[in-house]
Parts: sequence; structure tokens; C-alpha cells
Amino acid sequence: MTNFRGDHPEAVIPQDILNLEKTANLLRQDVIRMTAAAASGHPGGSLSSADIVAALYFQVMNHRPAEPKWPQRDRFILSKGHCAPVLYAALARSGYFPAEDLLNLRKIDCHLQGHPDMHKTTGVEISSGSLGQGLSISIGMALATRLDSLPGHIFTLLGDGESQEGQVWEAAMAAAQYRLDNLTAIIDVNGLQIDGHTRDVMNVEPLAAKYEAFGWTSRDIDGHDLEQVIDSLQWSRTVAGPVAIVARTVKGKGVSFMENEAGWHGKAPSPEQERQALAELNAQAEALAGEPAEASN
Amino acid sequence: MTTALKPRATREAYGEALLELGRLHEDVVALDADLAGSTMSKLFAARYPERFFNVGVAEANMMSIAAGLAVGGKVPYASTFAVFATGRAFDQVRQGIAQPRLKARICASHGGITVGEDGCSHQSVEDVGLMRILPHMKVVVPADYNQMYAAVMESYEHPGPVYIRSGRSKVPFVYREIPAALGGGADVLKEGTDISIIACGIMVAKALEAADILQKRDISAEVVNVSILKPIDVDTVAASLAKTGCAVTAEEHSIIGGLADAVSEVATEYCPVRIGRLGIRDVFGKSGTPEELLEEFHLTSEHLAGLAGQVLNRSS
Repeated sequence: MTNFRGDHPEAVIPQDILNLEKTANLLRQDVIRMTAAAASGHPGGSLSSADIVAALYFQVMNHRPAEPKWPQRDRFILSKGHCAPVLYAALARSGYFPAEDLLNLRKIDCHLQGHPDMHKTTGVEISSGSLGQGLSISIGMALATRLDSLPGHIFTLLGDGESQEGQVWEAAMAAAQYRLDNLTAIIDVNGLQIDGHTRDVMNVEPLAAKYEAFGWTSRDIDGHDLEQVIDSLQWSRTVAGPVAIVARTVKGKGVSFMENEAGWHGKAPSPEQERQALAELNAQAEALAGEPAEASN
Repeated sequence: MTTALKPRATREAYGEALLELGRLHEDVVALDADLAGSTMSKLFAARYPERFFNVGVAEANMMSIAAGLAVGGKVPYASTFAVFATGRAFDQVRQGIAQPRLKARICASHGGITVGEDGCSHQSVEDVGLMRILPHMKVVVPADYNQMYAAVMESYEHPGPVYIRSGRSKVPFVYREIPAALGGGADVLKEGTDISIIACGIMVAKALEAADILQKRDISAEVVNVSILKPIDVDTVAASLAKTGCAVTAEEHSIIGGLADAVSEVATEYCPVRIGRLGIRDVFGKSGTPEELLEEFHLTSEHLAGLAGQVLNRSS
């Protein structure tokens, strides 16, 4: 696929919905291939957030893969760092590093660590992995951006299980206190965590109401409906104060035997399972290819 | 000998140096967790409110926000009590600041037992150990107001993370003037030939007093102030150990993880000698006045001189 605008070779072309569907599908295939090749990693939450990540990197965010530290850029913070595979796939497919690196995920000589490392991987804004810290770090970035009068918006992706960490709510308080217009939290609510259903392990709902009570503006959306995802992300830029987008998703989305199964949180597919998963995702991609391209964009 | 200047707390130097850094550098920002009046970051807060962030009673949040500010190109100074900065927020410091080698400064006040009456919940005797074990973390424990001021000023330039410990109580001046720099972080304050007294923080002034006591017993003690515990000045410490052949360490911290271990590590690798360790001996603190607590835990010049005598006897 062609990633870059002809007039602006360092900038990613914003994709239309149909192309974003295809890109999200590609990211999902990457996640399957990467975790299968690594024989470890976290496919479940990577698949549930693939549409959100695709929308950010290929439509919503202003960023320049050829100039990763471009001061005016928007920033993506993966607070749920275990979903590194989908982040790496998005970074590679938007041009930060070669896509062939993806198959060396978690290998001793590869820059793609099990959890994101800002010094090893180009395009990773901050190291993460220990949950519950990304929103606070995003607040620091949002404050720095505001102090410097830079236009960048900070988009932070959290998990619903991660929302059990108390620090998330320390951050929720602070973001409202500091009236951060340039901060959006997206909570990928796939409803599952390692030990089972989030509602059974430790209920975090109602998330949107919680953020509202903390002084945020929030919106509940279908995290696989790219129109809703894009509309909400763009809308969040215009809202005064911090915005929480509570995205309802399916863990393992796109691979039938992974969907809604907590067991696929941190387990890699076997070679046979990889073949089956890719066959399913390819079928979905072919269905998309049959769709007429939209006139806009 | 210490100087005749009226004792001042090292946390006062933090507040005043931070204010000066704020004047000199627009990218300096400060954070506190509802202790700005105690850590003295309130001076910066009053002068530069737009660059000061009080996060409330939320130390973990503070450390991660500091990390984000550092990623965003600021030089954040985060302060709270040592026990909370290192214990409560250890994981945030580990993942958010140390591992990414960010230019964030953790300036913890109320280190050690001279916090006094508040008791063990607020007395940190483990903070230096917790910070020393983190890769990339520079660990600084200045001896007096003047050295603290210098440590804070020079921390601005350090490319990675720094932990600087200050104290609540007033301590005598060891340095007559604010030094230009900490250098390698090990100053031989008094030369001697029989034993090395290697101290940090408030124990440096007491080490100088102990050397005077020992002098009266015809024992020539060398006094070394180790203000940078990590990376420790191996050459200076090892040279002193080689010269005297034995040592005592003195710190307002557990003898596990702090200066005693740092000096022992140098000795083990470069110059194995007998080392006596004066510090908190694997217990928590308790309530009392700072002076009572120093006596209770044997952190006095008399006990230090006594321990030096014992080490010398065993070494000869």
C-alpha cells in the first residue's frame, strides 16, 4: 500500500473508511504472524484495539514516520504496553521501520521488545508494560506540550482491566484539575482480563460515568465501528478538558477461535492456529476488497 | 572541623537552588505531592506557578507525570518525602524514569531518622538502597546546605535520572562556601593514615568530630565525604582504603543498600580491608526527637570514634 502523500513525503496519507478497514485487517494479520513467530506475546488485546490503532495512525494523528521527533506531532501512548504487537504493526506499516522486523518480535537481537521500549524502537513515545502509568505520563506530555504552545494532541490507549490500577484514577483527577484540552484517553473495553471477565474479577464499570464524575467528557462507542471511532477521536480534539472514549470491543476480534476468550490474552497461536487465523482474516480482507472504494479522500 | 556557620537544613538548599534553576532555565518545572511547604518546593511554586504542578497526595501519579514532562523536553524536579518518593512510587520511578533514562530529578526530603517525632512510617532508611539498585540512576546525598545547593544546581546538566536526598533537620556546615561542583563525589576532607571514616549526609559533620576525638587518642583518621553514592568515586575511595588499611562507614540509612554496601563493593573488588559499618542496623525507626534518635541508633561522633577504635584493634 502507498503510505505517504506525494506533496509531503514525510506525512502519512489519511485513509478513508474502506482503506482503514483494510489496514486494520493488515494489522491483525501482522499481530497473528508476529506472535506466532515469537511463540509468545499478547494477541487478544492487540486484536481488540486494531481498529482504534489503525484509525489513529492512518487517519487521525498528525505524524511523520520519517521525522519521528517532529515537535508538532500528535502522540500515541500505549498504556497497556502488552499490546505492543499492534503498535509495532502500525509503526511498521506507517513507515517507522521495515515491516520485516515484525517477525523478529521478542527476539534477542531485535529492537521490538516484549513491551514497548522508547530507546529501542523508533516511534515508541514512552516505555510501558507495568500497567496504570500511561495516563499519568500522558498528562506530563500534555502539560509540556501546552507549556510550549505546541499543537500536538496526546492519545492514550488503556485497557479495561488496566483501569483497576489506582493510579489511573489519580491521573483522571489530575487531567481534569489541569483542564487538559489536548488529552484523549481511549479505553479498549474488551471485557476480559487474564483471570476472566473483568466484571467478575473486579468490575470497573460504569467507565464513562466514572470519567464524567472525575470531570472529563466521555463517550461510549463501538470500538470496531471505524466511523464512530474516527468521529469520536476527531471530536475529542475540539472538546475543552480531557476526553474519555469508552470503546466497546471484542477481545481477539477477527479470529473466531480467539474472540471473547480470556485464554488468548497472552498466548501465541500455534502454526496450525496461525494458518487458520490468517485464512479467516484473509477472507475478511477479500470481502473488503470487493467493496467499492468511497469517493471521498 | 565543621564551620562556625549557623546550621541549616539541606531541604532549604533544595528550595533555594530550585528557585535559582527556575530563574536560569525556562525548561525547569517542579512537582510536589502536597508537601511543598516541607520539601521547600513552595519557593519555586510561588515564583513560577505556571511551571509548578502540585498533584495532591498521589506520589505515583507525580513520578509518571514527571516522566511525561521529561519526554516532552522539560527538566522536572519532583519532590516529596524520601519514604514516598522511593517506596510508594518505586515502580513509577523504575519503569517511567530509570529504565527510559529520562532527565527527571527526584529530590526527596526527610531522608533518615532525623525526621523525628513522626516515627517510622515517615522515616526512610531504605531509599538510597532502592534508588542505588536501579540502573541509570545517579544517587546523591549531600552533607550540608552548601553541598546540597551545588548538587541541585549541577543536576540540571546531568543527562539521565538523578535521586537527591535531603533532610528535615538543621545540620552543621561542612563546606564554608557553595562548592562549584561535586566533582567525582568523594571529597577527602581530612587526611589521615590509620583509618578511613567514610561518611555521607548528616554523618559527615559527625565524622569530622569523630576524627577530632580519635586525634586525642593518637589515632589519625582520614575523613571522606561520599556525596555521590552512585556512581561512586572508586579511585578516591579505594585509594583511601589502601592508604589506611581499614575503614568505618557512617550513614543515616540502613547499613544494607546504602553507603556501607557501596564502600564494601569498592573494597571487595579493589582493596579488601576490614570495614565497620555505622548506620541503622536492619530495623525501622521510631518516634522521638532527632537528637534522641541519633543517640538511640548510635549515630553520634562518640559511637563513630568508638567503632573506629574497635575496627583498628581487630585490624592490627
